[in-house]
Amino acid sequence: MKISVIITLKKDVLDPQGKVIHQTLDGMGFEDVNEVRQGKYFEIDTKETDKDKAKSNVEEMCKKLLANLVIENYKILDSK
Amino acid sequence: MKSSVITFPGSNCDRDMDVALKKFGFKNKMVWHDDAELPKSDLVVLPGGFSYGDYLRCGSMASKSKIMQSVINFANSGGMVMGICNGFQILVETGLVPGVLLRNKYLEFICKNVFVKINDKKNNYFKNVSNEILEFHIAHNEGNYFCTNDQLKEIEDNNQIAINYCDKNGKIDDQFNPNGSINNIAGIFNKAKNVLGMMPHPERMIDKSLSGEDGSLFFKNLINNLK
Repeated sequence: MKISVIITLKKDVLDPQGKVIHQTLDGMGFEDVNEVRQGKYFEIDTKETDKDKAKSNVEEMCKKLLANLVIENYKILDSK
Repeated sequence: MKSSVITFPGSNCDRDMDVALKKFGFKNKMVWHDDAELPKSDLVVLPGGFSYGDYLRCGSMASKSKIMQSVINFANSGGMVMGICNGFQILVETGLVPGVLLRNKYLEFICKNVFVKINDKKNNYFKNVSNEILEFHIAHNEGNYFCTNDQLKEIEDNNQIAINYCDKNGKIDDQFNPNGSINNIAGIFNKAKNVLGMMPHPERMIDKSLSGEDGSLFFKNLINNLK
């Protein structure tokens, strides 16, 4: 089973890369962009067949390694 | 005095630290990250570098390596643990010191000498240092210290800020902040002040003809404090 996770910076944490991407988009003519925030996407293929168990394992992974909860939020997406 | 320097895959300041520690009298051992137990040590150093290629977040992989449980136990029992640069990033990922180190504010890798002001001398790292201001070297891409407002209040209340970026006269101001760190923070302690994480590299300032000698001051003082 594949479980996907999106990690994003919390809203009050400065995201300089997002800012530069925003500026570049602006320079390319995409002038209607309000803000860009950059994040990370993980696709985890697990042997676990129980969907709820798989999700709760991935949640542990997020808390212990994938995200740093001081600055990041994680969101587990539905499995495929 | 016995010290241990941990080498992770991608560490590159481990041998410099070995040279510095030995120069000022430490009997130093290099310890591989995959070892289970620390040798008997009075000081453990997590050196600078790019452990695990800075994958995921700087220091995050190294913080989970085998030796780190032994380092964490050593720190929690009062042992002196110092993390320099990538070592500081590893320390924040273990949770031994609060906060995180974000990408530098202007997205540049910074490599230059800076001045830092010692904020607290009631600890074994800076006790008896004659200077208030030290000139150290920094070389990093992710040195932008960040923590939550609650954490900031806590570290200020407990005097856990070790050093702040400043000018040569000790003035702490935004214009002397190289990387965007909150309140110009360059290094912090844990609550008990036996664990120190800092971005600057004292081991690069131990030779008059090469760089400067404020690192010599730091190490000479450190070994005397530990005796």
